[in-house]
Amino acid sequence: MIEKAPDDEPYVSPPVSRRSVLGAAIAVLGGAGSASVAKQVFAQQGSPLNQPAGRAAPAAGAVSAKPSVPADATKVPGLPSASLGDRSQFEVPTLAPTGVVTGPSFTPLQDLAGTITPSDLHFQRHHNGIAVIDPEKYELLLHGMAARPRVFSLEDLKRFPAVTRTHFIECSGNGRAAYRAPKPEMTPQIVDGLTSNCEWTGVPVRTLLKEVGAEKKASWVLAEGGDAAVLSRSVPMEKMLDDALVVYAQNGEPLRPPNGYPVRLLLPGYEGNMCIKWLRRLELVDQPNMSRDETSKYTDPLPGGRARQFSFVMDAKSIITSPAYPARLSGAGWWPIRGLAWTGRGKITRVDVSTDGGRTWAEAELIGPVLPMAHTRFQLMWKWDARPATIMSRAHDETGYVQPALETYREVRGRGTDYHFNSIRSWKVQPDGNVFFGG
Amino acid sequence: MRPSIERFIRRPRLGAPGYRAAIPLTVFASLLWLGCRAGDDQSVKRQEAGNAEQGIMVKAPAPPPTFGLGREPSGSMLAARDIDANPAGIGLPPGSGSYSEGVRVYAEKCAACHGARGEGVAIYPQLIGAAHADSFPFGNDPKIPKTIGNYWPYATTLYDYIHRAMPYGAPGSLRPGEVYSVVAYLLAENQIIPRSAVIDAKSLPKVKMPAQPRFVPDDRKGGASFR
Repeated sequence: MIEKAPDDEPYVSPPVSRRSVLGAAIAVLGGAGSASVAKQVFAQQGSPLNQPAGRAAPAAGAVSAKPSVPADATKVPGLPSASLGDRSQFEVPTLAPTGVVTGPSFTPLQDLAGTITPSDLHFQRHHNGIAVIDPEKYELLLHGMAARPRVFSLEDLKRFPAVTRTHFIECSGNGRAAYRAPKPEMTPQIVDGLTSNCEWTGVPVRTLLKEVGAEKKASWVLAEGGDAAVLSRSVPMEKMLDDALVVYAQNGEPLRPPNGYPVRLLLPGYEGNMCIKWLRRLELVDQPNMSRDETSKYTDPLPGGRARQFSFVMDAKSIITSPAYPARLSGAGWWPIRGLAWTGRGKITRVDVSTDGGRTWAEAELIGPVLPMAHTRFQLMWKWDARPATIMSRAHDETGYVQPALETYREVRGRGTDYHFNSIRSWKVQPDGNVFFGG
Repeated sequence: MRPSIERFIRRPRLGAPGYRAAIPLTVFASLLWLGCRAGDDQSVKRQEAGNAEQGIMVKAPAPPPTFGLGREPSGSMLAARDIDANPAGIGLPPGSGSYSEGVRVYAEKCAACHGARGEGVAIYPQLIGAAHADSFPFGNDPKIPKTIGNYWPYATTLYDYIHRAMPYGAPGSLRPGEVYSVVAYLLAENQIIPRSAVIDAKSLPKVKMPAQPRFVPDDRKGGASFR
């Protein structure tokens, strides 16, 4: 029977992205010849210089978007500057799956380095599609228990003192498919790709609350999106006064539409669905609204006939992103084990790595920056002897919390729990160097 | 003493084929080196000149109590946007709905996705399914469908959600009476209210949902324990 819930992140086959495929593509491109690279580029850009070159380059149709690769880039002029600095033609990271209105689209964690997620690779989860909003007509309403209800334009929001912070956003359903139906051919993207980490710029909600004169009896704030789901969540006033932000920029430029253009709420460390995208309204109230997405969804059924509600914070978690399926170790020797760790309760203080299935652990190096409520990159150099190995990572945070083992997680949360999947992940390294997800 | 730039250029033997080309290259490189030195000297002077503080430092303005930004919302804007309804009934509009009208609205607006009997279709969730007697088994089995009858803790959520987000292809298109009627239909089919009940702003908040006592606040607090 099909699980009947549109929030369920379905397992989907990872996109084929092995290097061998790319290698073949490069070989084809190389075969097109290195002659008149610059002319071909002009041809793509529609320059009048291109007329003869366009006819002289029969391969241009087949590889129209990609310049051919010279045998020696020092011997021919390079490409002229373009209106956008696109990715190298050899790097083709993609979100997966795509084309869904409700469904999630995962960040390719295995393709990333450092801690920042490029904006176009930020994971997506919509509740009824990506809203298209004209920034000139955008308005944020702040009302309810306030002395001076206000409507702010985008320009108004930008006129307030701004702050810039780096934070992860993680869907609280992240890891569901890996927990319920683990498969060896799961990539880090499919296991845990519903988390991303960007630099966000905006105005602290507390600044806006001061502007409208929030009343003391206001203990909750209802946040509502301007999308077709008009997604709404109740946020405790305490969080709003602490570190909540109304953000309009991501990684140095306006938000991308899938991430809430022109304005979204950002609640550092809280589950992603609460960081309301396309934010249109904040209402100051004295009780939670008990909206659909804080009652029938985004609550955690537990063993013992209970369901946990208002489970806002994303607990500490980590995942090894390399080596991991579909990567392959080409032979014995020194290999870096790298991955990401994060916690909604402050900073990651330590990440341990095991290469023997959890029998022994070594402390990994944390590659800076180590920021609160942000992805933190870890690394451990490992001398692989070409024998079978199970590699795992275990995150610690500043509250003393330790990422739980899978068995512990299962015992406490049960098999039916719906959100907040943060058990330790493992990868099985085979003697031939292939690496598979181990649950 | 600075090393000569010529040390870094391979000198061909006299009479070797590249010799004639090497002479202008050496001259060019030497001029370039001299040029860079001259440039360095100038930039040092500029830096020294720019280091002196110009102008008078004053205190940055203290932030005001309010910045005076934004405008007062109009009544029509509040009416259009303030659409939520809460368990106390605040936000529920005038109007009412009945089971019989709900049967009609459900068949027309909802059944295509949720099934003729609220059984769910493909990814669209099952809506109808009474509570399990004295049991709430969801933590142990993800395959048991969560329905309005066995999982939703507040009846007002039905109005709030259907009004704002349903039908999926035409969200916000139902009139209050249609929403109340669909709510009456769904609550009756889940055996929570009788079919004769009229649902409105007064009666809906009084409907007790069977699953409500099952919900507990978050008890995770970080630290050494795992909950």
